[in-house]
Amino acid sequence: MLYFTRWKAAAIILTALVVCLCAVPNFFPASVVDSWPKWAQRHIVLGLDLQGGSHILLEVDTKAVRREKLTSLMDDVRRTLRDARIGYTGLVIRGNSVEVRIRDAASVDQALTKLRTLSQPLGGILSATGQNSLDISRDNDLIRLTVTEPAILERVRQSVDQSIQIIERRVNELGTVEPLIQREGSDRILVQVPGLQDPTRLKQLLGKTAKLDFRMVDTSIPAEQAQGRVPPDDELLYSSTQPRTPYLIEKRVLVSGADLTDAQPGFDQRTSEPIVSFRFNTSGARKFAEATQQNVGKPFAIVLDNEVISAPVIREPILGGSGQISGNFTVQSANDLAILLRAGALPAPLTIIEERTVGPGLGQDSIAKGKLSSYIGAALVFIFMIMTYGLFGLFANIAVAINVAMIFGILSLLNATLTLPGIAGIVLTVGIAVDSNVLIYERIREEVRAGRTPINAIDAGFSRALATILDSNITTFIAAAVLFYIGTGPVRGFAVTFGIGIITTVFTAFTLTRLIVAYWVRWWRPKSVPI
Amino acid sequence: MRLLRIVPDDTKFDFMRFRRISFPISAIASILAIALYFYHGLNFGIDFKGGLLIEVQSKSGPADIGQMRTTLGALNLGEVQLQQFGAPTDVLIRIAEQPGGDAAQQEAVQKVRVAFGDTVDYRRVEVVGPRVSGELLSYGVIGLGLAIMGILIYLWFRFEWQFALGAMIANVHDIVLTIGFMSVTQIDFDLTSIAALLTILGYSLNDTVVIYDRIRELLRRYKKMPMPELLNGAVNQTLSRSVITHMTVSLALLALFLFGGQAIHSFSATMLFGVVLVGTYTSVFIASPILIYLGVGRGTDALTGPASKDKKP
Repeated sequence: MLYFTRWKAAAIILTALVVCLCAVPNFFPASVVDSWPKWAQRHIVLGLDLQGGSHILLEVDTKAVRREKLTSLMDDVRRTLRDARIGYTGLVIRGNSVEVRIRDAASVDQALTKLRTLSQPLGGILSATGQNSLDISRDNDLIRLTVTEPAILERVRQSVDQSIQIIERRVNELGTVEPLIQREGSDRILVQVPGLQDPTRLKQLLGKTAKLDFRMVDTSIPAEQAQGRVPPDDELLYSSTQPRTPYLIEKRVLVSGADLTDAQPGFDQRTSEPIVSFRFNTSGARKFAEATQQNVGKPFAIVLDNEVISAPVIREPILGGSGQISGNFTVQSANDLAILLRAGALPAPLTIIEERTVGPGLGQDSIAKGKLSSYIGAALVFIFMIMTYGLFGLFANIAVAINVAMIFGILSLLNATLTLPGIAGIVLTVGIAVDSNVLIYERIREEVRAGRTPINAIDAGFSRALATILDSNITTFIAAAVLFYIGTGPVRGFAVTFGIGIITTVFTAFTLTRLIVAYWVRWWRPKSVPI
Repeated sequence: MRLLRIVPDDTKFDFMRFRRISFPISAIASILAIALYFYHGLNFGIDFKGGLLIEVQSKSGPADIGQMRTTLGALNLGEVQLQQFGAPTDVLIRIAEQPGGDAAQQEAVQKVRVAFGDTVDYRRVEVVGPRVSGELLSYGVIGLGLAIMGILIYLWFRFEWQFALGAMIANVHDIVLTIGFMSVTQIDFDLTSIAALLTILGYSLNDTVVIYDRIRELLRRYKKMPMPELLNGAVNQTLSRSVITHMTVSLALLALFLFGGQAIHSFSATMLFGVVLVGTYTSVFIASPILIYLGVGRGTDALTGPASKDKKP
């Protein structure tokens, strides 16, 4: 156990050295590290609890996705049957299905053939699953088209992907450093933005669907009288500002927000109120020009997320493809609306289901306290070890110090996030690492008592203790691994450092501690073991 | 320099005799802990219960908790708890989950922010909606279960099933007692508590495995020694290590507890209780003597199994 070939010793020292060196970038300011080669830049990221910031978990509104999918299916069915000139009645959404009754029994088969074209195989060409987006069944003259569960899930997945892109654009407009935006599970999005003092604005930007439509106002009956008997092609919407005035708005959309190419905040030249000016793309500009030409003198409405922002009267046709929205904005809200319009609308509403924000002051306190407690804990342990084992205690302390340096090296290599519970994990690793040395030394003490020669005792002590160290650390590692897989946030941060700590502990116990003792034995040729 | 010997060499303490005391004590303590859990309950934090947790720091000297309570009371947010947290300027506000789903929680945060305006700094704002809290709890419980299973399977492979069973009884005992401790002290039971429980589990097992390792070794060496004597030998021989290791771990934990700040206070308190008190006690007084009853056999795979590659001197 005490003999190391020269290359083996070199390999051990080199491994430890390289891993420790990986921690170096953490000790330099970011501006210095940026000029280093890419591979040397890996460093530990401070968690939001240490540097301050917001952690926001969003969930896609699956019900809205389902509803939207069914509504568009109903439109498709209507269009298909109309195009094929098949008479139908009672086109309705029922549960997860769209149902339609065909008037003429003779054309049911024809209708069925036509409607079957609406169903598509799921998963595209590459990963065909053999499932279709629709289940179509027939019950005499009733045809039922059911949206399959995989189709909904697929749509939710797409919504999440699109939402992530749009959120990225929105968050980047805030000019924050290193925001993290990623998918969580099937229908969730995690947004982590470091260094925000007040997340209110971020949440406002995230929570808005930002679905913008230009639609006509129905002036045939006053909106106040329309309550309770809204014409089928209209809906009753309210203004976004107080008092909430009702408007009767046509369901038909003249131009939608998807046709916008740009939106910028600005000021109205006459009233110097904050406004948002926008520009349409070619097709949007053409549609808008047509609509305004036909409706001079009538009001139209700018509708954002089912609220009327403003309903101006068209004074003259707007042909240039650009315009402005005014509606009691502040400078900030005009700016935010411009951001939202540029980034585009979310495919489905998002709900905030979890929020954790840490102010920068608390983060700094936590770092300071984490450091203080680690130093004190380490100092106490080091003193205790030297009191108990003397020179061997010092060896143990060296091994533990290298162990901790290696943990930092590996964390840097993984670009891992260090959280407050993570610091606790490192402190506990110190406990476990010391334990491995204690196991070895106690075994050596026993072997000495059993009457072995010093070198024999050391040798036997190591070989017997290492088996135990392996057993006990594997059991602890299983606990750490489970923590990592099930854990979120704080628990995961703890599991990462704890798990890495166990690995480095086993490594140092098996190699470094042994190597140090082996060299000591070779140089001093001890007559007795000083422990 | 004379080195410290906390446990004298050649200690021969009859630990096994204590099983007649330790087993009933543990049984009663476990029953008490379970009763506490059901009748006194755990102080579930927002991670598992949902709701709002806001840590504020008064900008103008010590915080006036009474005043703040009146301000918050006017908002009609249901159950509101205020508590001084560390420094006299810092106050921790807990607000129960608002009825009306996820959006309602966000509205409540906004109301609080408006009510306090600029008089305070928001050091921490945590909002957990109803769905997330339910998931977090079930993940936590599943995690604990999975960890125990995984460790048992490993022990079963590495030792004999009796050892795995003994370790499991010891484990469950540790967790039950720690939960009892959390109930008595009403420490916040949140995600970090699950981490604490799992670490206690890991540490306690670590300890148990070290003693079991020694038991297996002695079983192989002394074929005829009576079981209680053999177990006593194993515990006594590893006693010095147990004590020294727990000293160092408690030193590290004590530093965390005293200087680590409020954020990990409940974590380190739980760990101190679980690792230092329960873990040590369990491996010596429960995990080892229980092997007498589980009937660890001689001449089975414990002796010829993987560990037999240990070289004989």
